[in-house]
Amino acid sequence: MDLPEITGDRTTGRLSTLAAAYVVARRDFVAILFSRSFFFFLLGPLFPLLVGGLAGGIGQRVQQSADRPVLGLAMSPADTAKMLKAQHALTDQLGQNMPELLVVKQLSPSEQFDPVLAMKDNKANLAAIVTGTPQHPVLTGSSERIEGWQGRVGLLAAQALELTPTSFPEVQLAGIATTRADQTHSRVVTAQLGQTVLFLLTMLLAGMVLSNLVEEKSNKIIEVLAAAIPMDAVFLGKLFAMLAVSMVGISVWAMAGSAVWLTAGHSLAEFPAPAVGWPIFFALGVVYFSMGYLLLGSIFLAIGSMASTVREVQTLSMPVTMLQLLNFFFASFAMAQPGTWIEKAAMIVPFSSPFTMLARAAQDPALWPHALAIVWQLVCVAVLIKLGANLFKKRVMQSGPQRTKKRRFWQRRAAPAAPANA
Amino acid sequence: MVSNAPAAAGQPLAIEAPLAIEAKGLVKRFDGFTAVDGVDLTVPQGSIYGILGPNGAGKTTTLRMMLGIIDPDSGVRRVLGHDRPHEVAHAIGYLPEERGLYPSMKAYEAIAFLGALRGLPLKEGRIRGKALLEEHGLGYAIDRTIRQLSKGMAQQVQLLGTLVHNPRLVVFDEPFSGLDALNQGKLEKTIRALAAKGTTVIFSTHVIAHAERLCDEVAIIAGGKVPFAGPVDLARDRIRPQVRLETRDADGPWRAALPADARHEGQFWLFSLPESGIEPLLRALIEGEAGILSLSIERAGLHDAFVAIAGEAAARALEQSPEEAR
Repeated sequence: MDLPEITGDRTTGRLSTLAAAYVVARRDFVAILFSRSFFFFLLGPLFPLLVGGLAGGIGQRVQQSADRPVLGLAMSPADTAKMLKAQHALTDQLGQNMPELLVVKQLSPSEQFDPVLAMKDNKANLAAIVTGTPQHPVLTGSSERIEGWQGRVGLLAAQALELTPTSFPEVQLAGIATTRADQTHSRVVTAQLGQTVLFLLTMLLAGMVLSNLVEEKSNKIIEVLAAAIPMDAVFLGKLFAMLAVSMVGISVWAMAGSAVWLTAGHSLAEFPAPAVGWPIFFALGVVYFSMGYLLLGSIFLAIGSMASTVREVQTLSMPVTMLQLLNFFFASFAMAQPGTWIEKAAMIVPFSSPFTMLARAAQDPALWPHALAIVWQLVCVAVLIKLGANLFKKRVMQSGPQRTKKRRFWQRRAAPAAPANA
Repeated sequence: MVSNAPAAAGQPLAIEAPLAIEAKGLVKRFDGFTAVDGVDLTVPQGSIYGILGPNGAGKTTTLRMMLGIIDPDSGVRRVLGHDRPHEVAHAIGYLPEERGLYPSMKAYEAIAFLGALRGLPLKEGRIRGKALLEEHGLGYAIDRTIRQLSKGMAQQVQLLGTLVHNPRLVVFDEPFSGLDALNQGKLEKTIRALAAKGTTVIFSTHVIAHAERLCDEVAIIAGGKVPFAGPVDLARDRIRPQVRLETRDADGPWRAALPADARHEGQFWLFSLPESGIEPLLRALIEGEAGILSLSIERAGLHDAFVAIAGEAAARALEQSPEEAR
């Protein structure tokens, strides 16, 4: 270990907090982006989507087969023909509201038919059976089902008897974009969708910062960082590095998702437009994701810095995750109470503020509240980073003999702790 | 440079000579436990300064406060003329006791990163990192990741990273810990060369021999307090030189001339050099026909000084500190 001959001058200069944070952020960003684990991280959402898609597809098939019950028909051939013709005519007008008819049996004039027995020996997924004649139809089935179909079978019989109109005038359609009621409802849907996506992304990605400082501590490099630059800069750098990594992830997912979406022939026009318009809504979505990420990430980072193992991190982060879930519910509840103190409270509480404000962007075109909220959220991020860094300095960078913790009355006396480093 | 009267927190420090570090009345408590209790230190620029004490004495906590890693509960510190150490972080190099680098980083990138943390532009750091590795016979490891290096090589990379930005003040926390005898010697050489360039070097150690060989000044720390801080010679002068006398006869009338603390061990009489010097004693021994076979006066070593200053208990703790080479 000979003395390094450093030929350069003493050319270094003091780093500002932001410059120091940039040094940390750049290292973390590059290290994560070019790691093998980032590739798997990108593939991560594919698995739940795949499983969800499969489960959804299977579920839909099951539901379709279960939810499309068939109405059995057992009448004389003439009545059967009339009922089928009536069903055809009404289906044109009422669509899926008319039950599907299945001829169980065409009865000869003196033939007896027992619908209860036919229902018991049900091989064709019959929900009920209509017997008798169009003049006196008898509907046999479970009480719940026959009550639901009573009116429709009556209409069917009336149509078969030509007691109702046999032809229907064509109604000309004069569509408008949306009525005010429709618009309000649609924007709530967009708001809900925005909130949910924001929450899922925040929870999914902010968790990444949890283990970051634990790794740093296990690499024992944290002391080198803390000696060279302020802890605020270390926290800030790590947060922004992880935010940038998340943005890369989201961009990749968004591009892949959009490609699939557009290839499938869909377009954004299928969704109700938010009050501020799509471009601003997306921009605000990015900003509020960043804010939500930084707020939650700063808490997670503080927790990660306090913990010494990944297991400890998981234990410590559980209450925060639960609280964040509550914040999401709070923001969702506030969305349905526009203009009330509940909505205002949800805007002010830092952890629910990004969700509430994104929902507001979908429902209300005013932009100034967003400027205010973003400034407020930034202040909260700065305060949380400062608190986390101070906590780290106070609680983590301790040395000297490990002292026995104060015993509670139910705890047995512990063996004296061995001295650690100086 | 001992101060027995700690300044009140926030009170301006009076600087008489260029000092790399000045601290007064530093106190740090952790959960009610006082790790450092009123430490005063003055480290002259360009000197090699040792902080000597057993494990758990408060050395690392003191260094961490000096570097701004943690803040003192009370007391003042000034590093290279600044109250806030991070303001001069670009002029400081620090090698912590627990060495650590990012395992996935290449060796030259690790050096460049450590330099970048101290304000050295990354591009320049990469150039210097590669050059340093070449100069130190580690050229073959330039593109290897830290996890591919041996522990000793990784330590060397970290040392180069500590010095890559050409700091004015270098702080080593237990730098000899974990090194074999050969590398300990090399590190001693490095420390001397740094000081020769005018760089201030501070290191903590619980190995008296390193401090004795290297340091211009030491601070002896025990139980979070600094009972002595100053030049090594001054520490040695705290105890009187020891006289070792061998006589033909073990006893005789001349014995009355020996000081009160004289004790007989084997064929030698051992005692502290009297205040009046050696001449009156010699005269008495000759007149008493003691038959002097040998007489030597030995100056006290730093170990003896440490025992005298910090006490037997601290010395025992120092000796019991786990260290493979003391």
